[in-house]
Amino acid sequence: MTMRTMLTNQPKKIGHMKFGLLSPKEVRGLSATKVITADTYDEDGFPIEMGLMDPRLGVIEPGLRCKTCGQKVGDCPGHFGHIDLAMPVIHVGFVRVVRDILRGTCRGCGKLLFTERLREDFEKQLKTYEAEEKDVSILAKRVSKDASNVTVCPHCGREHGTIDVDKPTTFRENGHKLTPSEVREWLEKVPNEDLKLLGLNAEVCRPEWMVLTVLPVPPVTMRPSITLESGERSEDDLTHKLVDVIRINQRLQENRDAGAPQLIVEDLWELLQYHITTYFDNQTAGIPPARHRSGRPLKTISQRLKGKEGRFRSNLSGKRVNFSARTVISPDPNLSINDVGVPIECAQELTVPIRVTPANFQFCADLILRGPEPKFPEGKYVPGVNYVIRPDNRRVKVTDKNADEVAKRLEVGSIVERQLDDGDVVLFNRQPTLHRMSMMAHTVRVMPGKTFRFNLPNCPPYNADFDGDEMNLHVIQGEEARAEAEILMKVQENIRSPRFGGPIIGAIHDHISGNFLMTWKNPKLPLEDATQVLSRVGFKGQMPAILEEKDEHGETRKFVMGRDLFSTLLPPGINLSYKANACPSGMKEKEARLPENDFWVVIEDSKLIQGGIDKTSIASEKGKLLDHIARRYGNQAAREFLDKVTKVGNGFLTLRGFSTSIDDEDLPPEARHEIEERIRATKERVDVLLKQYKKGELQALPGRGVEETLEMEIMRETGQARDAAGETASRSLGMDNSAVLMARCGARGSMLNLSQMAGLVGQQAVRGKRIHRGYQKRTLPHFKWGDLGSDAKGFVAASYKTGLNPTEYFFHSMGGREGLVDTAVRTSRSGYMQRRLINALEDLKVAQDGTVRNTAGTVIQFVYGEDGVDPTRSVGGEPVDFDTIFASVASGKAKAKKGGN
Amino acid sequence: MSEEVPAQASRFNVLNHVNVPLHEVLTDSEAKEVLKRYGITKEQLPKVRSNDPVVQVLQKQAGSDGLAGKIVQITRRSPTAGTAVAYRLIVEAI
Repeated sequence: MTMRTMLTNQPKKIGHMKFGLLSPKEVRGLSATKVITADTYDEDGFPIEMGLMDPRLGVIEPGLRCKTCGQKVGDCPGHFGHIDLAMPVIHVGFVRVVRDILRGTCRGCGKLLFTERLREDFEKQLKTYEAEEKDVSILAKRVSKDASNVTVCPHCGREHGTIDVDKPTTFRENGHKLTPSEVREWLEKVPNEDLKLLGLNAEVCRPEWMVLTVLPVPPVTMRPSITLESGERSEDDLTHKLVDVIRINQRLQENRDAGAPQLIVEDLWELLQYHITTYFDNQTAGIPPARHRSGRPLKTISQRLKGKEGRFRSNLSGKRVNFSARTVISPDPNLSINDVGVPIECAQELTVPIRVTPANFQFCADLILRGPEPKFPEGKYVPGVNYVIRPDNRRVKVTDKNADEVAKRLEVGSIVERQLDDGDVVLFNRQPTLHRMSMMAHTVRVMPGKTFRFNLPNCPPYNADFDGDEMNLHVIQGEEARAEAEILMKVQENIRSPRFGGPIIGAIHDHISGNFLMTWKNPKLPLEDATQVLSRVGFKGQMPAILEEKDEHGETRKFVMGRDLFSTLLPPGINLSYKANACPSGMKEKEARLPENDFWVVIEDSKLIQGGIDKTSIASEKGKLLDHIARRYGNQAAREFLDKVTKVGNGFLTLRGFSTSIDDEDLPPEARHEIEERIRATKERVDVLLKQYKKGELQALPGRGVEETLEMEIMRETGQARDAAGETASRSLGMDNSAVLMARCGARGSMLNLSQMAGLVGQQAVRGKRIHRGYQKRTLPHFKWGDLGSDAKGFVAASYKTGLNPTEYFFHSMGGREGLVDTAVRTSRSGYMQRRLINALEDLKVAQDGTVRNTAGTVIQFVYGEDGVDPTRSVGGEPVDFDTIFASVASGKAKAKKGGN
Repeated sequence: MSEEVPAQASRFNVLNHVNVPLHEVLTDSEAKEVLKRYGITKEQLPKVRSNDPVVQVLQKQAGSDGLAGKIVQITRRSPTAGTAVAYRLIVEAI
């Protein structure tokens, strides 16, 4: 390492920063060469001297040395050149500043259009602003505004015209064009003291520098040319733009020197202005963007920096990282929720650094001996080593050939980059990363296949499904980071969400159906089935009670009750009592507790006494039982419970068998007739309403017009029809129907979905009203003009199963499209809001004393969230869970009573 | 400031409004104690401007319009914490 690089690697503290403009003098001073040739390379492929690729502007080809600083590719930062402009040109970025100065100063004497007294007044104000460190630009705005209202210069008596800007860069005084030269002359006259009042520091920012006479040419290092496979050179967009600038500049100079007509010179001048404007910003309003030969707009300086793909957001705020992988995800119900399945291909590429010590020396040497592609003994994956970093910071790639050699030369103090192994801690992430559960720590399970795998309870926190979603994985590289991730980010530590104070990780879909079927009305499981289900979780505790009964052949059969089986999964000492999700909304507790309903869950001393385990017990967001275990027995216990409950649910469902199909939506003939009858009645009633309306007999509701009343009545009528059909459907479809069962226990789907499939789809609406737009006075040409009937306004009397007729289908699509557009708009808007919020809040933290502070130490909140409660540990936002405390006290009393008797 | 504030008699006392929490101007010794408790300087407190309606009322009550630099204690009702106390530094309006 040379002395020079060692010095530059020293961290340095930035004392202060100052923003200013480059003066023409400075530009020439910085310049390594003047650029006069529009060409880049000659026929032999050598850069042309004083051309845009002049070797003095820096090196981009490996092996060569810079002609200015003598350094090699990575070290030479590049050097600016310059182009002398034949005529001055306005800089687009400063048009507004220039406009304000022109408006506020006199063209004759250049002074601010203030009387001496007014000036002094403002100067005094400026001093107080500076003393109080207030934003001077506010004052400057007022100065230029006040000055621009003056019509006659108080100093020289010259009349002051109105200054307008023709977008983007043309100035007009009283409608007459001002050439950039004239603007520059004017700006030159403005005295330094006046600039101060206008908010400019004359030392680093003279206004005439905003009119360019010399253009800096950026170093080649920031606009490298690339050689295509065909050997052709392809230049950077900036280079292309600079070529245009030089070409026009040259022509302008020739024409002017040759004494060409004024018109031609002016045209060329304007063209030069256009090229320089687009060189800075190719999206300037009012001019067409400069395009590449292919028609693609050029990416010039402003485009490089601005926006999401710009330098700031894409390269400075966000970076690409090593030790990460991305692939498609797929489910694996046999993994723990803490695990993530990693393909062998990924595992062999990703590494964990291990520092070699005397204690692990032999271990490391053995690892290295395996090489980068170890043979798997008995087919079991073992990690190899990809690199060894020697104590002198040299990186040695381990290959099958040199593995022995590298292992032999291993020293204490080296770092061995071991391939990923089972049990390594990694971060797993799915975009959009909207909350902290979008990035959690998992333990690795290396397995064959090409996808990342995880268990299904992790779908809700990541908002993932398996229709092609991809996820990212990051391998933790340090001990401290690993410990922190395990304590704070592990999946089990994130079971409870800070968003609503309940579990966000929980059983889903089949887990719920399975557990519900296993516990609701307490079915009997043959002993063989029960043992098989329990074997799925590697059950080791006390077996549930084994009962016996005689079957019709008189043979003894051993069986286990479903609830007993479920109860074995519970940690000891749980007392809970609550309404199950399957319970119809109007049902009272007493009715729900009846054995024929069995919709009330009672757990006493960790025994499930009654009720079916469904969404309200174990599901994500709702699961009370899961939530209770997580709060009372800790995250570890909750994870174990969840791992077991999902496996048992799947196991039971697999043994029992479970399927749903289109005939789950078949209704018995009576029900079908009932619904048809209802549809007919609805249409009739709508017709009656319409007749009343046409006769003018319809009574308007208070505060509404007759038309509004009619619409409301019809909407209500059709709404009732749909509800009635749903009612009919759910009455004739019982819990023996798989689709109904899933809807009731909360596994998937809703009764509304079912009634739309079996009964009728119902009224379609756009913007909360019946379909009303389309052709003149009618929604579709299939209807008569002015038809207000139910069919013509989007009432879909068919069900999804029977199928929609063409007009119904079209109306349904209209309603569906509205929903689609709404979600699209919502996501983009909430995304933008979230970005703004994050930018505002990102550096706030809760300090040691419980106050919320920003980086300056300013207090934002005196107690976090007013109450100091961690929402993750709250109960649905409340700090104390009285319900459970009462329930547990009550059950304790009941037990005491029982014991007493 | 030449803000158009309704005259004393016709002006509603905002402190009496149900949605305005209790505001109290701290004495210098109380203020010192608060700053010491949080280990901060006055500048690190949240601010309230002197043309804020609440401060205007407080100024009227204190019979001075030089409350800038004083600290107000705000006691709010909180659904979860019972009462929540916050402090603000009165600053000159811009």
